[in-house]
Amino acid sequence: MKKTAKKLPMWLRYLINTVLFVALLLSSTAFINSGSVSPYHTKVIILCGINMILALALNLATGYLGQLPLGHAGFMALGAYSSAIFMRYITAMPGVSASAIFPLGVLLGGVIAAFIGFLIGIPALRLKGDYLAIITLGFGEIIRVVLLNIDDVLGFKFTYGAASLKNIPKTTNFFNTFLCVSLTAYIIHTVMKSRHGRAILAIRDNEIAAEACGINTVYYKTFGFTLSAFFTGVAGALYAGYLGVISPGAFGFMKSIEILVTVVLGGMGSMLGSIISATVLTALPEVLRAFSQYRMIAYSLLLIIVMIFKPSGLMGNYDFSLSTLLGKLGGRTGKSAVPEKEGEDNE
Amino acid sequence: MEQTLNGIQTGSVYALVALGYSMVYGIILLLNFAHGDIIMVGAYTAWFFMTNLGQSPIVAVVAAVIACTLLGITIEKVAYTPLRKAPRLSLLITAIGISFLLQNLAQLIFGAGAKPVPKIVEVKSLNLGSVSVSGNAILTIVVSVISMLLLTILIKKSKMGKAMRAVSEDTEAAQLMGISLNKTISFTFAVGSALAGIGSVLYCAAYPQASPTMGGMLGLKAFVAAVLGGIGSVPGAVIGGFAIGLAEAWASALGLSVWKDAVVFAILILVLVIKPTGLLGRNLQEKV
Repeated sequence: MKKTAKKLPMWLRYLINTVLFVALLLSSTAFINSGSVSPYHTKVIILCGINMILALALNLATGYLGQLPLGHAGFMALGAYSSAIFMRYITAMPGVSASAIFPLGVLLGGVIAAFIGFLIGIPALRLKGDYLAIITLGFGEIIRVVLLNIDDVLGFKFTYGAASLKNIPKTTNFFNTFLCVSLTAYIIHTVMKSRHGRAILAIRDNEIAAEACGINTVYYKTFGFTLSAFFTGVAGALYAGYLGVISPGAFGFMKSIEILVTVVLGGMGSMLGSIISATVLTALPEVLRAFSQYRMIAYSLLLIIVMIFKPSGLMGNYDFSLSTLLGKLGGRTGKSAVPEKEGEDNE
Repeated sequence: MEQTLNGIQTGSVYALVALGYSMVYGIILLLNFAHGDIIMVGAYTAWFFMTNLGQSPIVAVVAAVIACTLLGITIEKVAYTPLRKAPRLSLLITAIGISFLLQNLAQLIFGAGAKPVPKIVEVKSLNLGSVSVSGNAILTIVVSVISMLLLTILIKKSKMGKAMRAVSEDTEAAQLMGISLNKTISFTFAVGSALAGIGSVLYCAAYPQASPTMGGMLGLKAFVAAVLGGIGSVPGAVIGGFAIGLAEAWASALGLSVWKDAVVFAILILVLVIKPTGLLGRNLQEKV
């Protein structure tokens, strides 16, 4: 980085961001817990958070890596099921507090989704464009069918199939959702600003040129895809802890489409866009609940109209940066990259 | 044997629908997600004409095909033409939007429940030795084979078919040769949707009901069939359709009916891993 572009020392930037983040996390949690937000609204906010993680994760694969996977519902299902089964077994033991062990469950969900994502990514990422879309869709559907029917093969109740897995400890709350959203945004942001991130962007812009420059495209494509699957699994784990009941039907092909719609509507390659559009698309059906008959029609019309009039999505590839904003306010022109915690848009 | 015949019956419906996917993809590189829902509209039209207007099945079939064709052209004009220069993903999202819109409109107008579609034609089942073959199966196979032959003649011999092939080969060069892009694309949508209309009627002959979400899984399977055969290729779509139909039927025959979706997708994955552009797909060499 050039010296002239550096207005503030790096440690100070990290400090400012950390302070802002902690302050926001504590104040908003206190606000939610103070009782001034109804339980219904809290639930909608948590759902917004989960959808934000999903959108951020898919944005990594679609917006940054330039691939079009349609099987993310499968990774979400893996995360949800592995964390839910783990939580059910672990809380059956005496003296285990569900909320204390939940981070481990979330991590497990992410790791299992990432592992399967890695296994799927190796053959799938050899394909390009629409063929990649359809092969990941195939894997996603296979995951769903396996979760639905695995009990018959195993001979004992494991996923409970279509009868749905019940009595999952409801451990997802505003605090840990907020934390996960912020961590997801932070990690994806820092990865994208690193040399690995630049390699990923190079692959999106021109794969052949990137390969000619000595970038190991297979490695970076698998890396980006696995990371994306990891965060999708995390979102799935949160989702399981949020609902308390999960069934394979919820993770069908339409769920993958829903996530893709969120990302494209927000603008591919824009984390701010993903966050805003996840919020809008989650809140909109709730706001329109009074017109419940027409709300899905309004939703689909919105989708078509936005795409016709702004094909690059609401935000294009614009991204939010605190230092650019401060620079503009202070009349400075220096544009620099600051690790930004995008979770600040959480409300 | 009976399962094989069932497989060929569903396979021919898949093939008809897959042809629509494949033709549209070949010409504007769009995965037309709304195609499955066009089938749903066709089924509702057939139901409406027979049950509410008391028309004869022939009128209903013709009405369904016409309704699908008009709908296909309208969708193309309203939603896809403005986006011709836009990124391909935006076009894809628009197609998904259209699909949602059609499903929800159908739900609003006709209700969420399934509507029983009366028998379109009564054909006696044939007895071939020990196996009896249902009349519907024969009818479905005959109608779809005729439609496919007509389509092949249309593409190979007619002027419009030549234009379609030219546009899918090289859009810009075709325009320079005086081919009207808009007309050709609209025509492709019309033909694809008409095939979907025929497919919807044949599907109703096998599963006599219409519901707002019926297009979803049928569309997905046909889409898989198109990709399996190599998307953009007409014979590929037909082979893919029959392959998927047979795979499903045989999986059911082996007592794996709950796993049949997984079997279909596993075959797809296997084919794509071995041959990344599908069975008959063109392998485009990338130029630097």
